[in-house]
Amino acid sequence: MANDPIHQFQISKLIPIDVGGLDLSFTNSSLFMVATVAVASAFLFLTTSNRGMVPSRMQSISEMGYEFVASMLRDGAGSAGMRFFPMVFSLFMFVLVANLLGMFPYFFTITSHIIVTFMLSLLVIGTVVVYGFWKHGLGFLKLFVPSGIPMVLMPLVVLIEVISFLSRPISLSVRLFANMLAGHITLKVFAGFVTSLGAMGALGIGGAILPLFMAVALTGLEFLVAFLQAYVFAVLTCMYLNDALHPGH
Amino acid sequence: MLVTAAYAAGAEHATENSFPPFDSSTFSSQILWLAITFGLFYLFMSRVVLPRIGSILETRRDRIAQDLNEANRLKLESDQAFAAYEQELAEARSNAHEIAQTARDEAKADADAERAKVEAEVAGRLEKAEAEIAAVKSKALAEVDAIAVDTTSAIVEQLIGGSVTKARVTAAVKAAAEGRE
Repeated sequence: MANDPIHQFQISKLIPIDVGGLDLSFTNSSLFMVATVAVASAFLFLTTSNRGMVPSRMQSISEMGYEFVASMLRDGAGSAGMRFFPMVFSLFMFVLVANLLGMFPYFFTITSHIIVTFMLSLLVIGTVVVYGFWKHGLGFLKLFVPSGIPMVLMPLVVLIEVISFLSRPISLSVRLFANMLAGHITLKVFAGFVTSLGAMGALGIGGAILPLFMAVALTGLEFLVAFLQAYVFAVLTCMYLNDALHPGH
Repeated sequence: MLVTAAYAAGAEHATENSFPPFDSSTFSSQILWLAITFGLFYLFMSRVVLPRIGSILETRRDRIAQDLNEANRLKLESDQAFAAYEQELAEARSNAHEIAQTARDEAKADADAERAKVEAEVAGRLEKAEAEIAAVKSKALAEVDAIAVDTTSAIVEQLIGGSVTKARVTAAVKAAAEGRE
Protein backbone atom coordinates (compact mmCIF):
# COMPACT_ATOMS: atom_id res chain seq x y z
CA MET A 1 0.00 0.00 0.00
CA ALA A 2 2.77 2.42 0.90
CA ASN A 3 4.36 1.84 -2.47
CA ASP A 4 1.18 2.33 -4.45
CA PRO A 5 1.89 5.41 -6.60
CA ILE A 6 -1.83 6.14 -6.93
CA HIS A 7 -2.43 6.21 -3.21
CA GLN A 8 -1.28 9.82 -2.84
CA PHE A 9 -4.31 10.96 -4.84
CA GLN A 10 -6.77 9.26 -2.50
CA ILE A 11 -9.43 11.53 -1.07
CA SER A 12 -10.39 10.93 2.54
CA LYS A 13 -13.19 12.52 4.51
CA LEU A 14 -11.99 14.51 7.49
CA ILE A 15 -15.40 15.90 8.47
CA PRO A 16 -18.22 13.99 6.82
CA ILE A 17 -21.03 16.29 5.66
CA ASP A 18 -24.02 14.88 3.84
CA VAL A 19 -26.73 17.19 2.51
CA GLY A 20 -29.69 15.38 1.01
CA GLY A 21 -27.64 12.48 -0.23
CA LEU A 22 -25.00 14.82 -1.69
CA ASP A 23 -21.54 14.27 -0.28
CA LEU A 24 -20.13 17.67 0.72
CA SER A 25 -17.59 16.39 3.22
CA PHE A 26 -14.59 18.39 4.28
CA THR A 27 -11.84 16.16 2.87
CA ASN A 28 -8.07 16.25 2.71
CA SER A 29 -8.54 17.92 -0.68
CA SER A 30 -10.68 20.62 0.96
CA LEU A 31 -8.06 20.99 3.66
CA PHE A 32 -5.36 21.67 1.08
CA MET A 33 -7.59 24.08 -0.81
CA VAL A 34 -7.94 26.00 2.43
CA ALA A 35 -4.18 25.70 2.99
CA THR A 36 -3.46 26.95 -0.53
CA VAL A 37 -5.69 29.96 -0.10
CA ALA A 38 -4.35 30.64 3.39
CA VAL A 39 -0.69 30.40 2.36
CA ALA A 40 -1.11 32.50 -0.78
CA SER A 41 -3.24 35.12 0.96
CA ALA A 42 -1.02 35.33 4.02
CA PHE A 43 2.13 35.65 1.93
CA LEU A 44 0.71 38.35 -0.33
CA PHE A 45 -0.94 40.17 2.55
CA LEU A 46 1.92 40.08 5.06
CA THR A 47 4.75 40.84 2.65
CA THR A 48 3.02 43.97 1.40
CA SER A 49 1.87 45.22 4.79
CA ASN A 50 4.82 47.60 5.11
CA ARG A 51 3.99 49.25 1.78
CA GLY A 52 7.71 49.98 1.46
CA MET A 53 8.82 52.52 -1.10
CA VAL A 54 11.96 50.42 -1.33
CA PRO A 55 10.59 46.86 -1.23
CA SER A 56 11.97 44.19 1.06
CA ARG A 57 12.88 40.87 -0.59
CA MET A 58 9.55 39.30 0.24
CA GLN A 59 7.62 42.35 -0.83
CA SER A 60 9.41 42.37 -4.16
CA ILE A 61 8.35 38.76 -4.71
CA SER A 62 4.71 39.80 -4.33
CA GLU A 63 5.28 42.78 -6.61
CA MET A 64 6.99 40.57 -9.18
CA GLY A 65 4.00 38.24 -9.16
CA TYR A 66 1.69 41.21 -9.65
CA GLU A 67 3.68 42.69 -12.51
CA PHE A 68 4.31 39.28 -14.07
CA VAL A 69 0.59 38.56 -14.32
CA ALA A 70 -0.22 42.15 -15.27
CA SER A 71 2.21 42.18 -18.20
CA MET A 72 1.09 38.69 -19.23
CA LEU A 73 -2.52 39.87 -19.35
CA ARG A 74 -1.68 43.14 -21.10
CA ASP A 75 0.34 41.31 -23.76
CA GLY A 76 -2.27 38.61 -24.20
CA ALA A 77 -5.51 40.58 -24.10
CA GLY A 78 -4.54 44.23 -24.38
CA SER A 79 -5.21 46.95 -21.82
CA ALA A 80 -8.96 46.25 -22.02
CA GLY A 81 -8.19 42.86 -20.51
CA MET A 82 -7.05 44.47 -17.27
CA ARG A 83 -10.62 44.28 -15.94
CA PHE A 84 -10.00 40.52 -15.61
CA PHE A 85 -6.76 41.06 -13.74
CA PRO A 86 -8.07 39.93 -10.31
CA MET A 87 -9.40 36.72 -11.86
CA VAL A 88 -6.23 35.89 -13.79
CA PHE A 89 -4.05 36.77 -10.81
CA SER A 90 -6.16 34.64 -8.46
CA LEU A 91 -6.08 31.71 -10.88
CA PHE A 92 -2.33 31.97 -11.35
CA MET A 93 -1.60 32.26 -7.64
CA PHE A 94 -4.06 29.55 -6.68
CA VAL A 95 -2.68 27.04 -9.18
CA LEU A 96 0.94 27.98 -8.45
CA VAL A 97 0.64 27.69 -4.68
CA ALA A 98 -1.45 24.51 -4.97
CA ASN A 99 1.19 22.94 -7.24
CA LEU A 100 4.06 24.03 -4.99
CA LEU A 101 2.32 22.84 -1.81
CA GLY A 102 1.83 19.49 -3.54
CA MET A 103 5.61 19.16 -3.75
CA PHE A 104 5.87 18.62 0.02
CA PRO A 105 6.00 14.95 0.95
CA TYR A 106 2.65 13.64 2.28
CA PHE A 107 0.87 16.78 1.07
CA PHE A 108 -2.14 16.43 -1.13
CA THR A 109 -2.01 18.00 -4.62
CA ILE A 110 -5.43 19.45 -5.33
CA THR A 111 -4.59 20.18 -8.98
CA SER A 112 -3.99 16.46 -9.55
CA HIS A 113 -7.76 15.96 -9.57
CA ILE A 114 -9.40 16.61 -12.90
CA ILE A 115 -12.58 17.95 -11.40
CA VAL A 116 -10.65 20.80 -9.77
CA THR A 117 -8.77 21.80 -12.92
CA PHE A 118 -11.92 21.31 -14.98
CA MET A 119 -13.88 23.65 -12.70
CA LEU A 120 -11.14 26.26 -12.96
CA SER A 121 -11.10 26.03 -16.74
CA LEU A 122 -14.92 26.15 -16.81
CA LEU A 123 -14.65 29.37 -14.83
CA VAL A 124 -12.36 30.77 -17.53
CA ILE A 125 -14.47 29.59 -20.48
CA GLY A 126 -17.67 30.61 -18.70
CA THR A 127 -16.25 34.09 -18.20
CA VAL A 128 -15.24 34.24 -21.86
CA VAL A 129 -18.68 33.17 -23.09
CA VAL A 130 -20.71 35.32 -20.69
CA TYR A 131 -18.57 38.41 -21.15
CA GLY A 132 -18.33 37.88 -24.92
CA PHE A 133 -22.11 37.75 -25.37
CA TRP A 134 -22.72 40.52 -22.86
CA LYS A 135 -20.22 42.85 -24.55
CA HIS A 136 -20.69 42.00 -28.22
CA GLY A 137 -24.11 40.32 -28.31
CA LEU A 138 -24.36 38.01 -31.28
CA GLY A 139 -21.23 39.69 -32.67
CA PHE A 140 -19.35 37.35 -30.35
CA LEU A 141 -20.15 34.56 -32.82
CA LYS A 142 -17.78 36.26 -35.27
CA LEU A 143 -15.18 34.39 -33.22
CA PHE A 144 -16.12 31.31 -35.23
CA VAL A 145 -16.09 33.08 -38.60
CA PRO A 146 -12.57 34.19 -39.49
CA SER A 147 -12.43 36.98 -42.05
CA GLY A 148 -10.87 36.51 -45.47
CA ILE A 149 -11.93 32.89 -45.96
CA PRO A 150 -13.56 31.79 -49.26
CA MET A 151 -17.27 30.99 -48.88
CA VAL A 152 -16.65 27.43 -50.08
CA LEU A 153 -14.41 26.70 -47.13
CA MET A 154 -16.56 28.58 -44.64
CA PRO A 155 -18.64 25.68 -43.25
CA LEU A 156 -15.53 23.61 -42.70
CA VAL A 157 -13.62 26.43 -41.04
CA VAL A 158 -16.56 27.30 -38.80
CA LEU A 159 -16.87 23.67 -37.79
CA ILE A 160 -13.18 23.53 -36.93
CA GLU A 161 -13.38 26.78 -34.97
CA VAL A 162 -16.38 25.53 -32.98
CA ILE A 163 -14.68 22.24 -32.18
CA SER A 164 -11.50 24.04 -31.17
CA PHE A 165 -13.49 26.37 -28.93
CA LEU A 166 -15.33 23.49 -27.29
CA SER A 167 -12.13 21.57 -26.70
CA ARG A 168 -10.53 24.49 -24.88
CA PRO A 169 -11.91 23.78 -21.40
CA ILE A 170 -10.94 20.15 -21.82
CA SER A 171 -7.41 20.82 -23.02
CA LEU A 172 -6.93 23.53 -20.40
CA SER A 173 -7.97 21.29 -17.55
CA VAL A 174 -6.42 18.04 -18.78
CA ARG A 175 -3.04 19.72 -19.37
CA LEU A 176 -2.72 20.87 -15.78
CA PHE A 177 -4.26 17.74 -14.28
CA ALA A 178 -2.17 15.30 -16.36
CA ASN A 179 1.07 17.13 -15.71
CA MET A 180 0.58 17.15 -11.97
CA LEU A 181 -0.68 13.57 -11.88
CA ALA A 182 2.07 12.15 -14.08
CA GLY A 183 4.80 14.09 -12.32
CA HIS A 184 3.74 12.92 -8.89
CA ILE A 185 3.33 9.32 -10.02
CA THR A 186 6.81 9.31 -11.62
CA LEU A 187 8.33 10.81 -8.53
CA LYS A 188 6.61 8.25 -6.33
CA VAL A 189 7.66 5.35 -8.58
CA PHE A 190 11.32 6.35 -8.56
CA ALA A 191 11.27 7.01 -4.82
CA GLY A 192 9.63 3.59 -4.41
CA PHE A 193 12.48 2.00 -6.38
CA VAL A 194 14.96 3.48 -3.93
CA THR A 195 13.30 1.87 -0.90
CA SER A 196 12.51 -1.48 -2.53
CA LEU A 197 16.03 -1.81 -4.00
CA GLY A 198 17.57 -0.63 -0.74
CA ALA A 199 15.79 -3.44 1.05
CA MET A 200 17.59 -6.00 -1.13
CA GLY A 201 20.96 -5.79 0.58
CA ALA A 202 24.35 -4.42 -0.41
CA LEU A 203 23.88 -4.86 -4.15
CA GLY A 204 20.45 -3.33 -3.92
CA ILE A 205 21.79 -0.26 -2.13
CA GLY A 206 24.30 0.19 -4.94
CA GLY A 207 21.52 -0.16 -7.48
CA ALA A 208 19.31 2.26 -5.58
CA ILE A 209 21.70 5.12 -6.24
CA LEU A 210 20.46 5.58 -9.80
CA PRO A 211 16.74 5.98 -8.95
CA LEU A 212 17.78 8.16 -6.02
CA PHE A 213 19.48 10.57 -8.41
CA MET A 214 16.48 10.33 -10.69
CA ALA A 215 14.17 11.19 -7.80
CA VAL A 216 16.31 14.23 -6.94
CA ALA A 217 16.39 15.38 -10.56
CA LEU A 218 12.67 14.78 -10.98
CA THR A 219 11.97 16.83 -7.87
CA GLY A 220 13.74 19.75 -9.51
CA LEU A 221 11.83 19.13 -12.72
CA GLU A 222 8.55 18.97 -10.82
CA PHE A 223 9.18 22.38 -9.27
CA LEU A 224 9.70 23.71 -12.79
CA VAL A 225 6.52 21.97 -13.97
CA ALA A 226 4.60 23.34 -10.98
CA PHE A 227 5.50 26.88 -12.01
CA LEU A 228 5.26 26.26 -15.73
CA GLN A 229 1.78 24.78 -15.58
CA ALA A 230 0.50 27.68 -13.49
CA TYR A 231 2.06 30.00 -16.06
CA VAL A 232 0.60 28.11 -19.02
CA PHE A 233 -2.80 28.08 -17.38
CA ALA A 234 -2.67 31.84 -16.87
CA VAL A 235 -1.33 32.56 -20.37
CA LEU A 236 -4.06 30.50 -22.00
CA THR A 237 -6.62 32.23 -19.81
CA CYS A 238 -5.33 35.56 -21.15
CA MET A 239 -5.56 34.32 -24.73
CA TYR A 240 -9.12 33.08 -24.29
CA LEU A 241 -10.11 36.34 -22.62
CA ASN A 242 -8.65 38.12 -25.63
CA ASP A 243 -11.23 36.28 -27.75
CA ALA A 244 -14.00 37.57 -25.52
CA LEU A 245 -12.67 41.13 -25.79
CA HIS A 246 -11.85 41.12 -29.52
CA PRO A 247 -13.89 38.34 -31.16
CA GLY A 248 -13.26 39.53 -34.75
CA HIS A 249 -9.73 38.02 -34.77
CA MET B 1 -2.58 11.71 12.07
CA LEU B 2 -3.60 13.18 8.77
CA VAL B 3 -1.68 10.53 6.93
CA THR B 4 -3.24 7.65 8.85
CA ALA B 5 -6.68 9.13 8.30
CA ALA B 6 -5.93 9.37 4.62
CA TYR B 7 -4.84 5.76 4.54
CA ALA B 8 -7.92 4.56 6.31
CA ALA B 9 -10.31 6.53 4.12
CA GLY B 10 -8.28 5.68 1.06
CA ALA B 11 -8.78 1.99 1.62
CA GLU B 12 -12.49 2.56 1.86
CA HIS B 13 -12.61 4.57 -1.38
CA ALA B 14 -10.29 2.29 -3.26
CA THR B 15 -12.89 -0.42 -3.20
CA GLU B 16 -15.31 1.78 -5.16
CA ASN B 17 -12.89 3.07 -7.79
CA SER B 18 -9.28 2.19 -8.31
CA PHE B 19 -8.30 5.62 -9.70
CA PRO B 20 -9.16 8.46 -7.30
CA PRO B 21 -9.14 11.40 -9.80
CA PHE B 22 -11.96 9.74 -11.74
CA ASP B 23 -13.99 8.77 -8.67
CA SER B 24 -17.11 10.82 -9.27
CA SER B 25 -18.39 10.33 -5.73
CA THR B 26 -15.84 12.89 -4.52
CA PHE B 27 -16.71 15.49 -7.19
CA SER B 28 -19.53 17.24 -5.33
CA SER B 29 -17.44 17.86 -2.26
CA GLN B 30 -14.45 19.01 -4.30
CA ILE B 31 -16.58 21.39 -6.38
CA LEU B 32 -18.18 22.88 -3.28
CA TRP B 33 -14.94 23.42 -1.39
CA LEU B 34 -13.17 24.69 -4.48
CA ALA B 35 -15.97 27.21 -5.02
CA ILE B 36 -15.79 28.33 -1.38
CA THR B 37 -12.01 28.58 -1.13
CA PHE B 38 -11.39 30.02 -4.58
CA GLY B 39 -14.30 32.42 -4.18
CA LEU B 40 -12.87 33.73 -0.90
CA PHE B 41 -9.41 33.87 -2.42
CA TYR B 42 -10.74 35.85 -5.38
CA LEU B 43 -12.54 38.29 -3.09
CA PHE B 44 -9.50 38.75 -0.89
CA MET B 45 -7.25 39.29 -3.92
CA SER B 46 -9.56 41.73 -5.69
CA ARG B 47 -10.58 43.68 -2.58
CA VAL B 48 -7.43 43.78 -0.47
CA VAL B 49 -4.21 42.47 -1.95
CA LEU B 50 -4.29 43.68 -5.54
CA PRO B 51 -5.39 47.26 -4.76
CA ARG B 52 -2.67 47.37 -2.14
CA ILE B 53 0.14 46.14 -4.41
CA GLY B 54 -1.24 48.34 -7.18
CA SER B 55 -1.09 51.40 -4.96
CA ILE B 56 2.45 50.54 -3.81
CA LEU B 57 3.60 50.31 -7.43
CA GLU B 58 1.65 53.44 -8.37
CA THR B 59 3.20 55.44 -5.54
CA ARG B 60 6.66 54.25 -6.51
CA ARG B 61 6.09 55.08 -10.19
CA ASP B 62 4.82 58.54 -9.25
CA ARG B 63 7.77 59.06 -6.97
CA ILE B 64 10.23 58.03 -9.66
CA ALA B 65 8.52 60.23 -12.23
CA GLN B 66 8.59 63.13 -9.77
CA ASP B 67 12.29 62.59 -9.04
CA LEU B 68 13.05 62.42 -12.74
CA ASN B 69 11.16 65.65 -13.32
CA GLU B 70 13.07 67.29 -10.50
CA ALA B 71 16.35 66.06 -11.94
CA ASN B 72 15.36 67.36 -15.38
CA ARG B 73 14.45 70.72 -13.91
CA LEU B 74 17.77 70.99 -12.09
CA LYS B 75 19.64 69.99 -15.24
CA LEU B 76 17.77 72.65 -17.21
CA GLU B 77 18.65 75.21 -14.56
CA SER B 78 22.31 74.32 -14.60
CA ASP B 79 22.28 74.41 -18.42
CA GLN B 80 20.82 77.87 -18.30
CA ALA B 81 23.38 79.03 -15.77
CA PHE B 82 26.15 77.64 -17.95
CA ALA B 83 24.72 79.38 -21.03
CA ALA B 84 24.51 82.68 -19.14
CA TYR B 85 28.11 82.26 -18.00
CA GLU B 86 29.22 81.55 -21.56
CA GLN B 87 27.40 84.59 -22.83
CA GLU B 88 28.92 86.84 -20.19
CA LEU B 89 32.34 85.47 -21.01
CA ALA B 90 31.82 86.21 -24.70
CA GLU B 91 30.62 89.72 -23.88
CA ALA B 92 33.61 90.40 -21.69
CA ARG B 93 35.89 89.11 -24.42
CA SER B 94 34.35 91.36 -27.07
CA ASN B 95 34.48 94.33 -24.64
CA ALA B 96 38.15 93.74 -24.05
CA HIS B 97 38.74 93.55 -27.77
CA GLU B 98 36.88 96.81 -28.29
CA ILE B 99 38.86 98.58 -25.58
CA ALA B 100 42.11 97.40 -27.07
CA GLN B 101 41.02 98.51 -30.52
CA THR B 102 40.08 102.00 -29.25
CA ALA B 103 43.39 102.36 -27.45
CA ARG B 104 45.23 101.30 -30.56
CA ASP B 105 43.26 103.73 -32.74
CA GLU B 106 43.86 106.59 -30.31
CA ALA B 107 47.58 105.92 -30.15
CA LYS B 108 47.73 105.77 -33.89
CA ALA B 109 45.82 109.04 -34.25
CA ASP B 110 48.17 110.73 -31.74
CA ALA B 111 51.22 109.48 -33.59
CA ASP B 112 49.78 110.63 -36.91
CA ALA B 113 49.03 114.11 -35.56
CA GLU B 114 52.52 114.37 -34.10
CA ARG B 115 54.10 113.32 -37.35
CA ALA B 116 51.96 115.76 -39.35
CA LYS B 117 52.96 118.55 -37.05
CA VAL B 118 56.66 117.74 -37.30
CA GLU B 119 56.41 117.36 -41.04
CA ALA B 120 54.66 120.75 -41.35
CA GLU B 121 57.34 122.40 -39.26
CA VAL B 122 60.08 120.83 -41.32
CA ALA B 123 58.32 121.86 -44.52
CA GLY B 124 58.05 125.47 -43.21
CA ARG B 125 61.72 125.60 -42.43
CA LEU B 126 62.57 124.14 -45.80
CA GLU B 127 60.48 126.76 -47.55
CA LYS B 128 62.12 129.54 -45.58
CA ALA B 129 65.56 128.23 -46.36
CA GLU B 130 64.69 127.94 -50.03
CA ALA B 131 63.37 131.51 -50.06
CA GLU B 132 66.56 132.69 -48.41
CA ILE B 133 68.66 130.79 -50.92
CA ALA B 134 66.59 132.25 -53.78
CA ALA B 135 67.03 135.77 -52.37
CA VAL B 136 70.77 135.27 -51.93
CA LYS B 137 70.95 133.79 -55.40
CA SER B 138 69.03 136.68 -57.11
CA LYS B 139 71.11 139.22 -55.16
CA ALA B 140 74.25 137.47 -56.22
CA LEU B 141 73.04 137.29 -59.80
CA ALA B 142 72.23 141.02 -59.77
CA GLU B 143 75.76 141.73 -58.44
CA VAL B 144 77.13 139.43 -61.15
CA ASP B 145 75.48 141.69 -63.76
CA ALA B 146 77.01 144.83 -62.23
CA ILE B 147 80.44 143.17 -62.01
CA ALA B 148 80.06 141.98 -65.61
CA VAL B 149 79.21 145.53 -66.75
CA ASP B 150 82.20 146.98 -64.81
CA THR B 151 84.50 144.26 -66.10
CA THR B 152 83.26 144.69 -69.66
CA SER B 153 83.66 148.45 -69.64
CA ALA B 154 87.14 148.01 -68.14
CA ILE B 155 88.06 145.42 -70.83
CA VAL B 156 86.56 147.55 -73.60
CA GLU B 157 88.50 150.61 -72.33
CA GLN B 158 91.68 148.60 -72.30
CA LEU B 159 91.02 147.19 -75.79
CA ILE B 160 89.85 150.28 -77.62
CA GLY B 161 91.41 152.88 -75.41
CA GLY B 162 88.30 154.95 -75.23
CA SER B 163 85.35 154.95 -73.00
CA VAL B 164 81.98 153.62 -73.84
CA THR B 165 78.76 154.73 -72.25
CA LYS B 166 77.57 152.66 -69.46
CA ALA B 167 74.18 152.15 -71.07
CA ARG B 168 75.64 150.52 -74.14
CA VAL B 169 77.80 148.19 -72.07
CA THR B 170 74.82 147.13 -69.98
CA ALA B 171 72.75 146.42 -73.11
CA ALA B 172 75.58 144.41 -74.63
CA VAL B 173 76.11 142.34 -71.46
CA LYS B 174 72.42 141.71 -71.27
CA ALA B 175 72.29 140.57 -74.91
CA ALA B 176 75.31 138.31 -74.37
CA ALA B 177 73.79 136.80 -71.24
CA GLU B 178 70.50 136.17 -73.09
CA GLY B 179 72.32 134.60 -76.02
CA ARG B 180 74.22 132.34 -73.68
CA GLU B 181 71.18 131.18 -71.97
